[in-house]
This record gives sequence, structure tokens and C-alpha cells, in this order.
Amino acid sequence: MKALYLIVPFAPLVGALISGLFGRSVGRAGAHWVTILGVAISFIASCMVMSDVLEGNVFNGTLYTWLISGEARFEVGFLIDRLSALMMIVVTFVSLMVHIYTIGYMAEDPGYQRFFAYISLFTFSMLMLVMSNNFLQLFFGWEAVGLVSYLLIGFWYKRPTAIYANLKAFLVNRVGDFGFVLGIALVLSYFGTLDYAEVFKRAPELATQTMELFPGTPYLVITVICIGLFVGAMGKSAQFPLHVWLPDSMEGPTPISALIHAATMVTAGIFMVSRMSPLFEMSESALSFILVIGGITAFFMGLVAVVQYDIKRVVAYSTLSQLGYMTMALGASAYSAAMFHLMTHAFFKAALFLGAGSVIIAMHHEQDMRKMGGLRKYMPVTYLVMLIGAFANAGFPPFAGFFSKDTIIEALQASQTPGAGFAYWASLLGVFVGALYSFRLVFFAFHGEERFAKIDAHAHETHDKENTHGHDEHGHGGSPHESPTVVTLPLILLAIPSICAGWLIGTVVYGNYFGDAIFVSSGHEWIAEMGQEFHGVMGMMLHGLTSLPFWFAMLGLATAFYLYILQPDVPGVLRQKLAFFVRILDNKYGFDDFNQWFFASGAVKVGTGLWRYGDAMLIDGVMVNGTARIVGWIAGVVRWLQSGFIYQYAFAMIIGISVLLFIWVFDVTALLANWTR
Amino acid sequence: MNFPMPNLLPAYAEIFLLTMTCIVLVVDLFLDDQRRYVTYVLSLLTLAGCAFFTIGIGSIPGPTYTFNNMFVSDLMANVLKLASYIAVAVNMVYSRSYMADRGMLRGEYFSLSLFAMLGMMVMISSNHFLTLYMGLELMSLCLYAMVALNRDSATSTEAAMKYFVLGALASGLLLYGMSMIYGATGSLEMRNIAKILEVGSTNRVVLVFGLVFVVAGVAFKLGVVPFHMWIPDVYQGAPSAVTLFIASAPKLAAFAMAMRLLVNGLIPLAIDWQQMLTLLAVLSMALGNLAAIAQSNIKRMLAYSTISHMGFLLLGMATGVVDGNWLSAAEAYSASMFYAIVYTLTTLAAFGSVLLLSRAGFEAENIEDYKGLNRRSPWFAFIVLVTMFSLAGIPPTVGFYAKLSVLQSAVSAGQVWLAVVAVLFSLIGAFYYLRIVKLMYFDDPVDTAPLAVRLDMSVLLSANGVAILLLGIMPQQLMELCFVAIKSL
Amino acid sequence: MLDNYFPILAFIFVSIAVGIGPSIGGWVCSSLLGWNRPDSQKLSPYECGFEAFEDARMKFDVRYYLVAILFILFDLEIAFLFPWAVVLNEIGFFGFVSMMIFLLILVVGFIYEWMKGALEWE
Repeated sequence: MKALYLIVPFAPLVGALISGLFGRSVGRAGAHWVTILGVAISFIASCMVMSDVLEGNVFNGTLYTWLISGEARFEVGFLIDRLSALMMIVVTFVSLMVHIYTIGYMAEDPGYQRFFAYISLFTFSMLMLVMSNNFLQLFFGWEAVGLVSYLLIGFWYKRPTAIYANLKAFLVNRVGDFGFVLGIALVLSYFGTLDYAEVFKRAPELATQTMELFPGTPYLVITVICIGLFVGAMGKSAQFPLHVWLPDSMEGPTPISALIHAATMVTAGIFMVSRMSPLFEMSESALSFILVIGGITAFFMGLVAVVQYDIKRVVAYSTLSQLGYMTMALGASAYSAAMFHLMTHAFFKAALFLGAGSVIIAMHHEQDMRKMGGLRKYMPVTYLVMLIGAFANAGFPPFAGFFSKDTIIEALQASQTPGAGFAYWASLLGVFVGALYSFRLVFFAFHGEERFAKIDAHAHETHDKENTHGHDEHGHGGSPHESPTVVTLPLILLAIPSICAGWLIGTVVYGNYFGDAIFVSSGHEWIAEMGQEFHGVMGMMLHGLTSLPFWFAMLGLATAFYLYILQPDVPGVLRQKLAFFVRILDNKYGFDDFNQWFFASGAVKVGTGLWRYGDAMLIDGVMVNGTARIVGWIAGVVRWLQSGFIYQYAFAMIIGISVLLFIWVFDVTALLANWTR
Repeated sequence: MNFPMPNLLPAYAEIFLLTMTCIVLVVDLFLDDQRRYVTYVLSLLTLAGCAFFTIGIGSIPGPTYTFNNMFVSDLMANVLKLASYIAVAVNMVYSRSYMADRGMLRGEYFSLSLFAMLGMMVMISSNHFLTLYMGLELMSLCLYAMVALNRDSATSTEAAMKYFVLGALASGLLLYGMSMIYGATGSLEMRNIAKILEVGSTNRVVLVFGLVFVVAGVAFKLGVVPFHMWIPDVYQGAPSAVTLFIASAPKLAAFAMAMRLLVNGLIPLAIDWQQMLTLLAVLSMALGNLAAIAQSNIKRMLAYSTISHMGFLLLGMATGVVDGNWLSAAEAYSASMFYAIVYTLTTLAAFGSVLLLSRAGFEAENIEDYKGLNRRSPWFAFIVLVTMFSLAGIPPTVGFYAKLSVLQSAVSAGQVWLAVVAVLFSLIGAFYYLRIVKLMYFDDPVDTAPLAVRLDMSVLLSANGVAILLLGIMPQQLMELCFVAIKSL
Repeated sequence: MLDNYFPILAFIFVSIAVGIGPSIGGWVCSSLLGWNRPDSQKLSPYECGFEAFEDARMKFDVRYYLVAILFILFDLEIAFLFPWAVVLNEIGFFGFVSMMIFLLILVVGFIYEWMKGALEWE
């Protein structure tokens, strides 16, 4: 079994190494075969692990001890339980789909092998993250996925916007990681170990211990730890106010958006908090904090999606909103619901992203929805998949999103944690907004008049300008056409779980699937209470039809239908009438401008000041050049001593001996000590 | 008087080496230059055979004494011997084409290497002042001759002459020190001396006189300030392959000599010699690192780098006994031993890269010769990068752990200021190592001729670089081995 | 213990006296008694009656040194052999074998120098 565990992460790593280091010799086909094979093996192994785990086996062991420093051991190890097994399945499955899809999407890109190497490397890192049994490995995986994400956002490194976006993602994630590292460091200093099991076992000892961050104000240690860890999750899972990097990350190729920025990496924060549930359960304040952050993200980010025109950005903001839902679920101690939504979301959001990518291919890399419209009859498969994705995203029964989202909303309603009320209303309004933007996307792009014909000539100009990576074999001026099978096949394969995955709710959420992997303290067991009222999938759907979220969703659907099918002129009028609000949304609440003004240019100003006075004057002038002068002088002296004359060398030895003799025979040190006393 | 047959088993490796070296010497006489590879292969096989014997002897638990307690075989000796075999073998492989290109690949090169190896082994295994001295002389005489192997080169012969005169002076000093200690204790056998000193009632002045001279002798072999003067001139003057030889295995032997003399023999005087070593260590780190910066000749730079590294090595030896308490001594000495082995491994790769860049009619000597190596060969540039990182002590290379463990022993001995000084100087030292990295990766090549590397060398140099990296990732085994070895003393 | 060495010390003093005394005496006597009238013939180095035709600090052929070194080596070997031969009866088989090994190593050296041509003048 241990070998199997090793195969899961290392098969993609081998693929990544082969296609990355020997990309030129294995060629394009070689690169995609070897990586797909690696991920496929990993997926199959994950399934086998899953079936083993379902029999009740849990593995927690160290594979390799990196170093031991005092009490602390730094190790590489796996913790394979139901939580990590679920994540392994999700990661490897979506990754496999994305690998296949990439063959079509990146077909003409010169960086083909590099791309495959990166996504396989990503898969490896992500698997190491989820399979980890200690904080250190978790952190390494965390950083590694961040690194690959950075590399992939800037994959088209000749585009300035891509470079800007990847830098932004990197910097914002550093902010989150700072909190994360602080959290881990606190864990190490208070528990003296980084091993999950040890930490969780000893967590209750810390229940009442406090520390003073500022003099005079004691905080619960556990709260500080949890909030530190959650700040890390906020960075990685793009929670308000560290969400700013995710929309910009859409500069990367679409398969990446699907794999990393929708299905897997951004959910690492959710996974991490679920994994740390024994810690988070001990801190009510941290849970409240999580609830509020999640609520803000879920509603307000969804709202931004409504005014976006870039097809990928719409999906990106919807991802933010859905991540907000998962976060809220965590805050409400509904970890299983969060994990369940994570899984269903991975499927339908990957489907949406890949569908959007398929549209983008068909439109010759045009992403503006205003230049689409009426694509339905040209791309029936993509249309169908996007429709399914939209239904799932909006949370209509019987699609996957319904079950997970509805559970979260109910858990929020039931939760007594402070902030749950706010989160509940944010989630309800979020449902309306979610339905609105999902169907706006579908109606805008696939229904209505065919706007692409009008601007075709114009489009080519920008297209040639923007995309230097050459794919002009698509005939110019031809109408859009359905994408090749390598593209549509993963779409279909992802559409199936987008419908059906929700039906597993009985086992995953209410069936105590996670068992000991997730800890819910007594008094927070709302999921368990809800489980008693759960009467099968059909019952839940019927119940759902009468509940508030469903009608909010219907309202959203109707609004979208009205605005984009029945009265396509109305949105324009509304935009003018509500110009102020639209401006706010268009500016994404001004976060980017604020960051640019405060952090970026502020940092530049501080940096300039430091450079001028600290660096140029003090360090360069006095320390560096001063040191260099001294070093140069000493070196000159040494060179003068190293005269090449043998008698001088011998003389140096004799002097050395004499000095030693003088000091020790006359015991000079003791004399000095006596003298100074 | 009837002499009993001594137990030869612990010295099997030495006996085998002596026999084989005589055979190599004679066989080579009947070979012409085309068939010189026979000597080469035979020499390597000899070393392999020695390794076989040493491993076999190593399986005997505990130290074994023989030849009237003049010779000892313990785990430390066996580990150091194995490391020396590897160093000498690697040296032979690296230097083969270099020596052949310069017409120096004669039998003498191999037989002198092997005799020097024999000298080192005797030093490593000595438990008696005379065996130690004999081993030292055997090794040194071979090294003098090897430096002068290129008879027609004025710089080589000058270097050999300096080395010889200063070496003779140093061994005279050492011998004088030994005689003083003999005068004070009446014994030449190291463990016996320790016992006598333990009892006390010896003339302190005579003893300290002896100690100073012994330390001077050890310091000369290690090459620490102010007994370092020979190092830059000899390193630069000797053929690069010989420099590689001098810089690698003999340092292990010198470390063993220090251990045998100071730890096995004079441990009751630890308070005195630790202070001496501290003084020498600080001076070496300061002078070595500062002077290396000003060098434009790569061999000279590495020479000063050696001086600073040996200073670092002494840190561990200087912090073993704390307030007369030697509970933590094993950790400190094993840190030094680890440092010595790691230094040897890294220095092999460093000088290997010098040999790599040289070819017939071109001597890579200047730092400039590294310019743009990345364009010429990305892989070897990477190997050199790893080597330089290791020398500078940057993780994840093994050099980092070597420095770390030595510093740890200094800190745990309460000598925090010493650790701070060491770190400061190694920071200064990082400059000149990183300068090479900068030249390799960011400058345009001056010399664009393709690298002509023999397969065996290329494989071994790669393995050497990878070993530096791998040991950096998992240093634990080697560290533990060193610890056990020191513990068994 | 040091008493045993007293004769040696006495011998050293005596030999110093014997060595230095006459030369100092001779120098004192000659400077007191003799006339000092140097000319070029008297100041030139003594060369068995020949004219001095070369600087005394001439280079010797390195082969002289080689021969000298080899001679010393094998001469010392003999120096070892005499006492060994005298006590051979008492040191037994081990002593015999030890010397044989020593000789064997010397033979290897001998073969080496012979093959290298160190024994041939030209």
C-alpha cells in the first residue's frame, strides 16, 4: 500500500521531469503522452487508495526524516484518510481532464512541453499538499503550488499583462503566506511538533492559554494560530480582501484557470481549514472571522461578475463567490459540506472554465462576450456543457451545485456562531446573484444575435496584435465551429459529475463519510442535526423546491432571461441609470486602485527613500564600499606578506611559534585575567 | 630474545597497498606510454582492494591494537581511510587526461600517489609518535616529489623547493615537540601519554613547550595561519592535478593526525591546546577569506579558501572539552570529522572543474576562465554551482550542514562569539564563491572551445556534484557515522 | 639517570678544547710571530700547484648527487645488515623475515633505478 501512496504523487512528477527536462527530445506528442500517462496512473492509484480507505484503513506514517533539530522533527510523511483520499480523487481526475483538454487547447503553442511539465508538476505539488501528515510538508506543497501557479499565470511571458498578473498573484499570496507561516511557527513553538496527529491530540491543552500580542490585551493562543492559518487560506483561496489576484490570474491559459484557479489550488485553503478542524473548532472567534470573510466574498464578488464582459472573468468572479460559500461553510463548522461543495464545484467549475476555453478557441482567442452571441447552434456540445455548468453553479436541483450549496445555506441558518446571520443573508443574496451571472453568461454568449460577424474584420487586428504565439491556421473569417474531440471529451466527462456528483450527498455529508478526519465539537453539530431530517436525494430535491434559496435562484434565472433574451436593450439602459454602482463594480470596489496607490506606489516611495538614504549612503557608501576598501587593504597586506621568499615564510612560522610559546609558557592569559581583576 | 609474530590483521590494507604499489612500480617499468592505462587501472584496482580490506577490518568491533600498540585500527581510522581511497581514486580519474596532455602521466605519478596514500594510512592508524611521524614523512616526501613532477617548469620546482624546505622545518618542529613530550612523560605511545598526564606530576613548562611545537606541526599540515605560507605558492605552482591531490586526501590525514596527537594523546591538556587552536582558527578564517577575495588566480583563491576551511574545521576541535568536561566532545569532534570529509568531497569537485576547463596547451588558472561556462556546458556549470554553494555553505548543499554542525558545537560549548566570528567570515567568503557563479551564468564566454571531457571523468564529476547535493539533502547517515566513529575512539 | 651522560658531556668539552685550542693557538702564534706580507700568488687558492683557472663555485653534474644518494641508500642497508647478522640467532624467524621484507623492498627499488637508467652514466 505504501508503494501505491508513493505512486500517486510521484507518477506526475516523473512525467513533469521528463517533459520538462527532456522536452526537446521527447517531442510534443511524447510530452503529452508521458504526462497524461503519469496523471492517469496517479488517478487509478488514487481510486485504489480510495477503495482501500473506504474499507476503513487509515495510514499515517513518516517516509523520510529530513532533519531533526532539537525536539522538532522535520519529516515527509503521508496521512491517508477519507479527507485526503477525496481530495486525491478530485485533484487527479480534474488534472487528467485538463491534461487531455490541453492537447487541443495548446495545440499550436510553442511552449507545449513546458506547459505539460508545469501542470504535471502542479499535480505533484498539490498531491503532496493534500497527502501531507505534517505542517512542514503542507507548507512546502502550499508554496510549490503557489510557485507553479505563478509560472503558469505568466506562461505567456511576453505579454506584459500576464507578467503583471503573475507578479500580483505572487505578492498577494506572500501576504497570505506570512500569516500562514506565523500560524505554523506558533504551532511549532507551542506544541513543539509539526505532526498533525500530535498537534491535534495535544490541542485541548491550549484551550485556555493566552498570549499578549500587544501589551495588556491577552488573546487565546489557539485563536491567533487559527487566524494566522486562515490568513494563509485567504491568500490561497482568494478570500476578501486578498482576492485581488484571482481575476487577474485569468491571463494564464484557460486549462490552468480550470485546474488551478477553480478546481484545485484555490481550494487548498478550504482543505487546509477542514484538515485543521480540531484546532478551528476550539476558537469561536476564528470561526466568526471566517464566516464574515466568507460572506463578504460570496456576495460581493458574485456581484462583480454581473458586470463583467470577459467570459473568463465572469467565471473567475463566480469562483470567488463559490469559494466564499465554502469558507462560510467552514465558519459554520460544516466542514463536510465545505468539502462536498469543493468537490462538486471542482467538477462544474472546471466544466465551465473548459467550456469557456472551448468558446475562446472557437472565437480565435476572443474573450469579450459582447463579440459573441448565438453560438448555440455552432457549438452544441459546448453549449450543453456550459448550460449544465450554469445550472449547477446557480444551484438548481438535480444538479450537483444544488445539493452542496443548499446544505451550506441550511447549515448557516442553523449555525449559532456569531456572524452566521450575516453569512446566511449573504449566501441567500449570493444565490440570486449566482443565478443571474451564470445565465447572463450563457444567454449572452450562446443566445441572441450573432455579434461576431459584425466585428470580424476588427477582431483580427486585435487578435494578431495580442497573440504572438501563432495560431493562424484557423481560417480567417470563418464562422465559429465546435472544438475537436480532445476538447469536448473532457467537457463531457466533467459535465457528468456536474450533474450526478451531488447525489452522493447522502454518503459524503450526512453519512459520516469523513469519520475521524474531521472534528466537530459538540454544540457545533448542525450538520448532524440536519442529517436527521435528511430523507434521501429525492426528498431533498422536493424540499428544495419549496425553500428560499431555490426561489432566489429562480428569480436570478428569470432576471437573466428577461434582461438578456426578452429585452436585450434593458441592460444598457440600466447601466446608464445605475452608472454609479456599475462604476463601483467595474472598478471591483476599488481594491486594485487602492492597492496600486497605497501598497505599490507607497512601497515604491518607501523603497526610494530607503535606497537613497539607507542603501546608497549608509550601506553602499559606508558599509559595502567601506568594507571593500578594508578588505582590499587587508588583501594588499596579505599579498605583501606572501612575498614568495622562503626565509620570510619560515620566519612567519617561527614568529607564530614564538608567540604561542610566549603566551603559554608565561601563561599570559592568566596574567591578563589577574591584572584586569 | 624472541619476537612474537604480531597480529597483522588490522594492517592488512596497508600491507596490501605496499605490496601492490611495489608491483605497480615494477610493472610500469615495462610499459610504454600507449599502455600506461594498465598502471592506471592497476592503481585503481589497488585502491579498490584496499577498500575491500578496510571494510573487512571495519567489521571487527572496537579498536584493535597491534605492533606493540604502535598501530591501531578503529572505526575512525577505517572511515577516514575509506574516504581517502575515494579521494585518491577520484583524483586519479580526474587528473588522467590532464597529466597525459602534459606528458606527466608516468608511472611515478601513480606510485607516488599510492605511497602517499600509504603514508596517510599509517598516519591515520598511528597510536605512537614514531608511527605517526613515519607516516607523515612518507606522505610528505611523496607530495614534494609530486609537486616537482613537472621538472621543466620553474614555478613547479620552486613550489616544490618551498614546500620541501618549509615541510622539513615543520616536521623538525613536530619532532622537537614530540621529544619534549617524551621528555616530560617518558612515553611515546599516545594513549599511554594520556594516562600519564592524567596522573599529573609532570614538568609543565617542558610539556607546554612540547605542546606548542606539536600544535605547530599539526597546523602546518592543515595549513592554518601562521603556518599557511606554503599553501598559496604550492597550490599555484604545482600542476593542477597534484594540487587537487594535496588539497584532498592529505587534509583527512592531517585531521587524523590532529585527532591522534591532541585527542588521543594530549587530551588532559585540552584547555591549553583548545585555546591555541581557537587562536589559529580565527586567524585562518580571517586571513583566508579576506585574502581569497583579492585573488584572480583560481588555484590561489582555492588555496586561501582551504586556509579558511581548515580554520573552520579547527573550530570543532577547539570546542570539544568544556570546563574540563568532555561529555559533548564526541559531537564536536565528529562535527570536525564530518567537516573534513565534506571539505574533501567538495574540494575534489572544485579542482575537478579546474581540470575540466584545462586542456592540452591551455591551463585554466584564472577566475575569468569560468566566464560563460553555462553556455558551454549547462550541466557542468550546474555542478560547479553546487560545488561553490557547498564551499560557501549555502543550503541545500552538504557544505551547509558541515558548517552548521561545527557552529553548533561552538555554540553548545558556550563560545558564541566564536560562532559569530565564523559566520561573519564565511559570509565574506561567500562573496568569492558566488563571484564564480556569477561569471559562469551572467558573463559571456571568453574561451569558446568546446569542453573535451573523458567519459569517466564526466561521469565521476557529475556523481561528485550530485553527491554534494544528495548528502546535503540527507546528511544524517554520514553524520551519524562520524559520530559513532569518534565515539569509538 | 643524567649521571650516565656525564662522560659524554665531559667528552664534548674535551673535544671542543682539543678542536678549538690548537687553531686559536696557531692563529695567535702566527699573528704574534710572523710577518704579514701578502702578494697575489699567496692569496690565490691552492690548487695542487696548478694555476686557479675557474671559480670554485662551479656547478656539479647532478648525476654525482644521484650516485651519492644511491650509494647512501645501499650503504645504510649494509649498516642495518651487520647488527642483524650478529644477533640473527637470537631474534628468530620473525627477525629473519622482517629483514627479508626489507631487502625485498630494496630490491624493488633497485630494479626501478636500474630500469630507469639511473645506474648508467650516459
